[in-house]
Formats: sequence, C-alpha cells, structure tokens
Amino acid sequence: MSPVPHVVSRRGVLAGSGALVMSFALARTAFAQDPQEAQNVGEEARKPLPQPGSLKNEPLLDAWIRIDADGRITVFTGKAELGQGIKTALLQVAAEQLDVPFESLTLVTADTARTANEGYTAGSHSMQDSGTAILHASAQVRALLVAAAAGRLGVAADRLRTGGAAVTAPDGRSLSYGEIVTAEMLHVNAAPQSPLKDPADHTVMGRPVPRVDIPAKVTGGAAYVQDMRPTGLVHGRIVRPPSPGARLRAVDAAAVEQMPGVLKVVRNGSFLGVVAEGEWPCIQAMRRLAVLARWEGHSDLPDAATIDQTILKLPSQDTDILDTGHLGAPEGRRFEATFTKPYQMHASIGPSCAIAQATRDGMTVWTHSQGAYPLRDALAEMLQVPPDKVRCIHVEGSGCYGHNGADDVAADAALLAVAVPDRPVRVQWMREDEHRYEPYGPAMVAKLTAVLDRSGRIVDWTHDVWSNTHLTRPGRAGHLLPALYLQQPFTPPPPKPLPQPEGGGDRNAIPLYRFPRGRVTNHFIPDMPLRVSALRSLGAYHNVFAIETFLDDLAAAAGIDPVEFRLNHMEDPRARDVISKTAEAFGWSSAGTRRPGTGRGFGFARYKNLGAYTAVALDLTVDRDSGAVTVGRVVAAVDSGEAVNPSGIRNQIEGAIVQSTSWTLFEAVRFDRTRITSRSWADYPILRFDAVPASVEVHIIDRPGQPFLGTGESGQGPTAAAIANAVADATGVRLRDLPLDRAKVRTALGRRPASRAG
Amino acid sequence: MITLTINGTRHDVSSDPATPLLYVLRDELGLHGAKYGCGFGQCGACTVMVDGRAVYSCVTPVAALPGREIKTVEGLGTIDSPGPMQRAFMDEQAAQCGYCIPGMMMRAQALLEQNPAAGEQDIRDHLQANLCRCGTHMRILAAVQRAADLMRSAGDGGPSPVTTGAVR
Repeated sequence: MSPVPHVVSRRGVLAGSGALVMSFALARTAFAQDPQEAQNVGEEARKPLPQPGSLKNEPLLDAWIRIDADGRITVFTGKAELGQGIKTALLQVAAEQLDVPFESLTLVTADTARTANEGYTAGSHSMQDSGTAILHASAQVRALLVAAAAGRLGVAADRLRTGGAAVTAPDGRSLSYGEIVTAEMLHVNAAPQSPLKDPADHTVMGRPVPRVDIPAKVTGGAAYVQDMRPTGLVHGRIVRPPSPGARLRAVDAAAVEQMPGVLKVVRNGSFLGVVAEGEWPCIQAMRRLAVLARWEGHSDLPDAATIDQTILKLPSQDTDILDTGHLGAPEGRRFEATFTKPYQMHASIGPSCAIAQATRDGMTVWTHSQGAYPLRDALAEMLQVPPDKVRCIHVEGSGCYGHNGADDVAADAALLAVAVPDRPVRVQWMREDEHRYEPYGPAMVAKLTAVLDRSGRIVDWTHDVWSNTHLTRPGRAGHLLPALYLQQPFTPPPPKPLPQPEGGGDRNAIPLYRFPRGRVTNHFIPDMPLRVSALRSLGAYHNVFAIETFLDDLAAAAGIDPVEFRLNHMEDPRARDVISKTAEAFGWSSAGTRRPGTGRGFGFARYKNLGAYTAVALDLTVDRDSGAVTVGRVVAAVDSGEAVNPSGIRNQIEGAIVQSTSWTLFEAVRFDRTRITSRSWADYPILRFDAVPASVEVHIIDRPGQPFLGTGESGQGPTAAAIANAVADATGVRLRDLPLDRAKVRTALGRRPASRAG
Repeated sequence: MITLTINGTRHDVSSDPATPLLYVLRDELGLHGAKYGCGFGQCGACTVMVDGRAVYSCVTPVAALPGREIKTVEGLGTIDSPGPMQRAFMDEQAAQCGYCIPGMMMRAQALLEQNPAAGEQDIRDHLQANLCRCGTHMRILAAVQRAADLMRSAGDGGPSPVTTGAVR
C-alpha cells in the first residue's frame, strides 16, 4: 500500500534548494482537535477530510515533518509538553515511522508562528490527535522518499530499504533523506491511509525511551517559562481584588512609583499592576500597592457548607444524554443515592507565569497555556489588534492539570508589556493569586437510582448530574481574568455545556456497563457562583466516583463480589480484560481475613467511554480516632491502545492515582460569603508524603497496531471510587460527599457503630 | 555588598540584604534550579542546602548567609556529568512536570549526607516538607533510594550495583 498524495499549490513559497525548514505562518485553521473543547476557538469551518488524527485539520505533510537539504529533520506539533512526556512520545512515533535515529530529530511544539493549530493540549487527546497525525505523516513522508529514491536509483521501491535517515538499494547504493528531498515533495496533502510499519518490527515505539526533558529539569537547566531571562527583562506583579466582585476605587500610584526599581504602576479600571527592574523589588512594590489600594463592593458567594443545595436550586438546562426506555421500570429492589463534590483546585506547585513583549511589530507572549492559538485570539481581542499581531509560543511551566492561571497571567503580562514597550515583562502569580483566582473545577451533585432483580442483575438505571460548565478556556477576551476588570471590561461569553460523546459535567455519566434500561440526564447550570473551568478529567472524576461506588453498594445488596458484579454487567472485552487483569494482579479473589480498620476497593472506567480503559484496586487503613485514611497497596491496569512509551504511561497513571488520592482525601476550596479563603497550602491542604500509598503498581495491556487512546486523565475517577469503596469496606460506612477528609470520616464513624456492611 | 559561597564559589551580591536567597539565586546569579512555589516555606520548591541542611530559600534573607556554604541543585552535578542524586532521578524517570524536583533533590541530598543509611520510611518522613502536585511521589521515593545506593557504593569504592538496568 502506498499513499496517494496529491500536490497542492496553497503556497508557492518553497523556492530554494530543498530547504524546507522555514518559518512561515500556516494557513489559519479555525478548529481544534477536540470538538467539545474547541467549540469557541474560531468561527471558520472547513469540510473535514478523512485523514487520521489532526491531519484532518492540517493535512499538509510539511506542516508536521520537514527535512532540510542537509538532512536535518524537524517534527512539528501543535500540542504542548505539560510534563506528560508528550515530546518524547511524539518523537518516538516520528523516529519509528521515518526510520531515523531518535536522537537526530528536533521537535517544535505549539507556536502560532510555526506549528499547526491543534487547539488545546487537553482531554487526553495529544496522542490520539497529534500522535496519530505524526504517525501517519511520518509513514507517508518515508514512502515519498522511497518512491523518489526508486526513480533516482532505478530500483523498484519494494526492493529498497530505509534506515539511518537514508534509502538503500540491494547493491549498497544509498541516498540520504536530505539528498532525496525536494522543495515540493512534502508540500502535499496527506492521504487517508499510510504504509505503517508492522508493529512487530518496531524498535523505538513501545520502548521506555527516557524523556528528553528530564536531564535539564534535574540539573538546573532552563526548563520553564519561569526560568527565562531574555535581555532587558523586567518583572511585573498584579494586585488582585480582595473579593472577585470588588472594584478599585482609588490608589496612590505615585507613592509606589517612587520606590527603588519601580518603572511603572499600571492601572486600567480595576486592573492594577506594577513593573519593576528586579523580581523582589517588584514584589515589595506590589505589596505596597496592595496596602494603598482602596476597593469597594464584593461578590455574594453562596454558603460553602450547603453548596450542593445551592447547585440543585440554580436554574438548569436539562438534556437526556441517554434514554433507553426507562419509564415503567421492572420490579425489583430499588436503590438511590446522592453524591457531591466540592470546588477543587488545579493547585500547580509553580504559580502561573508568562513573559510578554510589545514591539512595533506586535506582541510576543511566551506562555505555558494549553492552547497557544486560542490564547492568541483572546489576547488579540483584548488588545484590539488583529490576531496576526500576536504570537504565542508555548514554553513549559509547572504542571497545570487543566485550565489554571496560565492564560490569565499571559493576559496580565500582555497588559503590562503594552505599558513598557520593547521590554520583555515577566509576570509570575504569587501563591495567593493562584489559590484565589485560578478557575476551579466545579462543584457537582449526582443522583443515581437503580433497580436490582432477584438474580442480582441491574435492570434499570438512572443518573442525574448537576454542574456548571467545565470549559471557560480562551478563545475570547472575556475568558481572560484581567479583561474582566478593565475600564472597558469584557464580558465572559455565555457558558455552554460540552456536548456528548465526550461531555463536560456529564463526562462518563453514561455507564459503560450494559443495563437493559436507563436514563442519564445532564443538568447544565449556566450561573457560576465561582469562576470555574476544566480540571483534569472534568465531570468524569465525580461521575465515575458515583457510578463505581453505587455499584459496590448494589453488589453488596445482591451478595455478589464487586469485581464479579462488574464483570456480570460488562460486555466490552477490553474493559473485561482490564478489570480482570487488575483483580488478578491485586489478588482480589484470594484475599483472606482482614484486620479491623482495613479495607479494599475497586474502581473502573473507560475514560469518556472513548479513551483508555483503567481499573484500580487498592487497600487502605482507617484510623478511627483521627479519621485518617492511609492508602496501602495500589494495583492498576490500563489499556491505552498501542503503548508508545510504557514508562510514560505508567508515570501518568501513577500520577493520576496519587493526585486523585489527594483530591479524594483532602481537597475542597474554602470560601466565605464574599471571598475565597483558601490562600495558601495551609488553607487548601493537599497530599504530602505521609499520605502517599505504600506502593503503586501499573500493568499495561499493550495493543500493538491499535489506535492510541488518551490516558492522562483516565485514572482520576477509578481511584476515587476505589478509595471510597475501601473506606466503606473498612468501616461499614458509605461516604458519598467528597472529600473523604479526616473530619468527615471521624464524624461518620462517630455517628454509627463500627460494623461491616452486608 | 554581601559575599555568598554557593556551590563552592564566592559571589559578591548587590541585592538588598533582606532579599530572600531565592531571588538572589534566580535573578542575580542566574541559578534557576530553586523554584518559587509559595513564598511561605510551605511547599519546598525553593529548597537549597545551607551548611548541609535543607532550608527554604524563599524565606531566608541573604543577610543571614555570609560565611555559610550554600548548595543548589546546580552544585550536585551537570547535565553532562550528573551527580548521584541527579543520575538516580534520570534513571527512575522521576519527574512529570518536574517543577518540584530540584527542591525534592536538595532535601533528599541533605538527608543522605546526614544519614547515608536512610531507609524508605526515613525518606518519606524527611520529604514531608515538600509538595508534588503531579503525583510523582512513588518515583521520587525510588530515585532517592537509588541515589542512596549510588552514594553508598561510591563511598565503598566498589562498582555500583544499580547504575545499569532499564528505565522504568
């Protein structure tokens, strides 16, 4: 099979001696990889082509792979390294299919002047979209090189072999890729199908290739946007209002401008910032400015203690996302339960940071935003300049786990940069800025009902979930925090639900289990008491927590082992494999008698019902006096399709398990009736080493040749469910309100005598 | 003018004596390994060693540091010649975003210099001060144990039993 690319003449700029590595702006492609998360990226739409992954949005091969006349090969991705190891995995894919040494490749990540627009690096989409695009583009490029070499060498293509970035004939004659490539050769649209290598022949994909970014990170190399120090750099800090709804009445800017090192106080409406020569002097000036600022007004926030009741009372837009003839439910025992989740933070260890530089030619922003292109569009609108006057370049930051302050701080930096032309302005949020002003993961409520028949099978199922939007990412100026405070403020665009099949608040609300009848309803709440957006796995964390803990209660009511109960209702063979593998590796069936206060739990989901399959089994202990839950041994299995980098997949799942343990046992944003009161790690505790599991063991079920399945977010829900199920197993008490923190566990145990469920 | 000894080199620094060490390292001396995380000594991203002990550089003014030996992650080795702690973190692929890692390494280095025989529980107890958000904890623990092994075997003068082996 060979690709049948057709030459296009979209750009006639590729003159020169085969030097295809050049920096030109790609044609504007208005949509991103993820229709759910990209709905507000742009207005243009193009008829989709049938190419795989992100090739359908950007089909030109040389948008992904370019080969210089001297043989240098550059791979381009519109995705960004977030600490998930995507750079390494994408390079593995390219090296494998191009048949070149891994080390010889250069990778360019999201940059609005150089790479394709792949929307956001989010939703566990990077391998599915960009990995798939690079996989196919690389294979097609290799085939084009072989076809051209066949002509030059006078040897049939199927008798040539590739390796070491060269094509070699049976008689030993060889042409390097650089010698073969011509200006127009790769400037063609990708074909729908590619001559992919047989997975059995892979030597780079499927291997635990060490991450390319780790050496600099452990030796103090410049690894993050926080570390960049371009010539002429100055520092900026923002004074944020004490309550989100407060407005700046007055401030004595002159007093601060007299401080040593201070270049300028910038005020625009209620946006207040300062620029100074040094970072510490800038912080001192910001603190002085904060003391001098006079604010008026405040937000009216709901009562944090009854946020679930508030959510249920807010007006909602209701959509049945599943209805398989629920009415007239069959007879049997009926069960119902309600599950709640508080607002939770991304809580990056490194506060958000950006560098912006305004010159006569336009604005350049170095950012750790997950969406360089959408951010560019939002900044351009805020600055009232055409989008091509703004360039956003992704540089790594501290891990973000969704839409944190990255885009907002880029807007802060841009606004300050306008005030000091030509000087690169670096803004890093203070810890209290990050805690108080990042957009949180929404509080949620889910109500489930089920009917169990005499044989122990679920014969009817309903799931209602209430949530705000899980997407207020840029695209528009009104998505940027500082734009809301300007003299002429922008208004946040109306929030929208993210449609199925991926969903937002209703992500993973449709069970993968096979129940004969069911209804699932998404209650989308437009009013947002607190500013919210995408937090790793969106609603899946809560919906999987609800489904998988409810299942355990139903299994107990049926007198059936919870793993067996799951398998009884699961037809998807890959799901069954992951569940069975986890149970087997954990030794689920051979568990003997357990000590009091110890329990074990199980949780499973296929992320979005489209991505990776993940199951988690664990044991834990509950200290009845303190209410402390300590996770012991954790075993997980994951099916991500073809595993490109097993170490990277394990790292992601290990991380998901530990992070979800933190969410599940510790985390809730605190606020009073006017302001956020979680200002530091003291008021928003997260997991420390004393709560780290005793061990975490991740098994990968590799599926060579199968499509990549998004993995990074797949462990959040199953872990939460496994913990809650193990707590119930240990104490006999079912807790359905997250987090299962010490106070809640202690209270629950005090309320009921200690006895096992059943 | 204050003179600081950092990674064995003396530096005359012009920052105000009240300036926390973190900002002098990053902004005046170009040593970016220590990171700003909270400014309150709650997260440990800024951790460096002073006279062999782990300290929060974000809350330690440079006025307190003349005559003392400051060590940062840059002092553990280089990208071409990494020290045992760095080697161990690379071997275990013990990073996701990696922002917390230099602080973790410096606190672990302080522990192992004090107690070369530190076991897993010692390491867990000692690292309690440092936060990681990606959930890389299991690999961090494995890396510090590997570093301890590397340092012990180097101290014995014998070949290291753990320098080879596939990356996880």
